[in-house]
Amino acid sequence: MASEYGGMWKSLGMDLGAHDQLLAVLGQGYTDVFLSQANRPKGMDYFNFVMSEVHGLRIKEMLEAREQGEKIVGSYCVFVPEEIVRAAGATLVGLCSGGDFAMEEVERVLPRNTCALIKSSFGFKLGKVCPYLESADMIVGENTCDGKKKSYEELNKLVSNLYVMDLPQTKSENARALLKAEFVRFARAVEELTGNPITVESLKKGIAITNAKRQAMHRLEALRKADPEPISGLDALLASQVSFYDAPVRFTESVNALCDELEERIKDNVAVFPEKTPRILMSGCPMAVPNWKLPWIVESSGAVIVGEESCVGERGLRNLTDDSGQDVESLMEAIVDRYFKIDCAIFTPNEDRADHIVQMAKDYKADGVIQYALNFCQPYQIEAMGLESRMEKEGIPMLRIETDYSPEDAEQLKTRVEAFVEMIG
Amino acid sequence: MIFAGLDIGSRSMELVLLQKGRIVEWRKTDTGYDPLGQASHIMEGLSWDSLTATGYGRKLISDNLNAQAITEIQAHALGVRELFPEARTVLDIGGQDTKAMALLPNGKISRFEMNDRCAAGTGKFLEFMATSLSQPLEKFGGFALTGRPGVSINSMCTVFAETEATSLMAKGCKASDIALALHHSVVRRSLSMLKRVGLNDPVVFTGGVARNPCMVKLLEQDLAMNLCIPQNPEMTGALGAALYGASKARAHSTASK
Repeated sequence: MASEYGGMWKSLGMDLGAHDQLLAVLGQGYTDVFLSQANRPKGMDYFNFVMSEVHGLRIKEMLEAREQGEKIVGSYCVFVPEEIVRAAGATLVGLCSGGDFAMEEVERVLPRNTCALIKSSFGFKLGKVCPYLESADMIVGENTCDGKKKSYEELNKLVSNLYVMDLPQTKSENARALLKAEFVRFARAVEELTGNPITVESLKKGIAITNAKRQAMHRLEALRKADPEPISGLDALLASQVSFYDAPVRFTESVNALCDELEERIKDNVAVFPEKTPRILMSGCPMAVPNWKLPWIVESSGAVIVGEESCVGERGLRNLTDDSGQDVESLMEAIVDRYFKIDCAIFTPNEDRADHIVQMAKDYKADGVIQYALNFCQPYQIEAMGLESRMEKEGIPMLRIETDYSPEDAEQLKTRVEAFVEMIG
Repeated sequence: MIFAGLDIGSRSMELVLLQKGRIVEWRKTDTGYDPLGQASHIMEGLSWDSLTATGYGRKLISDNLNAQAITEIQAHALGVRELFPEARTVLDIGGQDTKAMALLPNGKISRFEMNDRCAAGTGKFLEFMATSLSQPLEKFGGFALTGRPGVSINSMCTVFAETEATSLMAKGCKASDIALALHHSVVRRSLSMLKRVGLNDPVVFTGGVARNPCMVKLLEQDLAMNLCIPQNPEMTGALGAALYGASKARAHSTASK
């Protein structure tokens, strides 16, 4: 990969030596975690290919499109409205985070006790190893938690194209008005970036592309309700992770092809885990590539992950955008409606999330919930405490895990996860 | 049928052989740097029909010695249930880990907590502190009991706690008073874990640290209740593992009838 894309990466100002190291680690991790799984669906070949080209072909493709005038918008959060980006003829990609990189440099800019997700995104920047970040024409930061909003002040010193989007923290009418105002402001900013006006037609097209992607993922999620499961939780998580940066139309086709195969598997009773394997619902913080530690531990401890209540999972994909509006104003309202339903833990109060977890646990016939929070991610850590008593009332066993991207606690996590699986099995 | 249970902890390993529901053999040795070699050594001259491994080395044993594996959390719950059928809460302090478990009346685990990452409040902490106070580990509890209250160690971190102990020594504090304070800090840690799982009487204290008289006394004082302690508290995990093997065999024979 290095030789083929070396020139491209160099032109982006990346650190080639460090990047080679990153790819080597990523490749090894992928082999150990994904390729070692037994009885994977054929449809996963596509995702293997995408992952093997994660910093290569997709970047090349985006840069070629940019030659034709297509702008690249990079984001860190599911609150950035993809419909609007697509409506302006730009492409939206999730930026790198999910693994520790250049931590010594990061800890000169951010306190050590910052959540791993934030530190990771800084590590990719400071280490110059994220081609998505380096090729983005606009980087969107969103004021979710305190950690993120304050760290964007620091990121702003490191990049020249940061756009900060404010976000509400309650579900009140005033809060919705703020989100609306911010989405309108964002639409103007993307129009300015691309030079393309957002029209009814372009918005409808943006909504259609994005909805189709979500619908394909909903289809995949629905198939995971089957018992036994036709696909591992790790593979389904991978599809969700890839949805953040792959070309959307091709991604949608590939997920649908995978779903066709899974339907056949269900019909033929082909499963990836033995019958009566305990079913786990993962819930909590996002699992960005290559954050596979905990899911891998779960699925190598005799359990199967049946769903993700996470931004990389149902929380990020749950609702569709109503496309029936006939003018820009009503379509924008529909987009605001859709994003305003996201039950991120930055909202207060946030009972919807607990209700969703209970509902998902029932829908997916989960035997237990693993609540995952990144260390120092207070919104999810604090909600986890309350969830414990809620789940107890509902009679749903729950294990609370706090961890980060480092492998140092893997053995300890294994013991706790295995004990939880024994407990619910 | 003989069922063997082998608990390979970070510090020591224990073996129990169970025949007709009775312990017919038990052995203990250090885990050392070659757990597989030590395991073969401890099992020399013995035979069994099924082997169940638990503890940190469970996977090593199950991969190499044709054994099934369960976690030490389940193993301790099973072992405790056998020794104290009424038990509702288990505190297990081993070499590297401290665990608290809540048991339902039927003996199943309803909740558990385990220390994450560091050695705060574990046997390793006590071992480290005994060394820094020049006390043999097995006498450390008795030594601490001769200390007077009034001194406190506030850090949960092993290394920082040693710093605190060192500065207390520099102030002229007696080693026994510091030892008592160190035990208090482990007890505080254990209590918070017990409270998180929901404390119900009777409480069983297992693991090697349950042999430490100062730990037992302080815990009983703070809990205002008596603890149940197995005669050989470090053996509970191995016993539980053997019992698991026996129950699997029973389930299998019932299923095949």
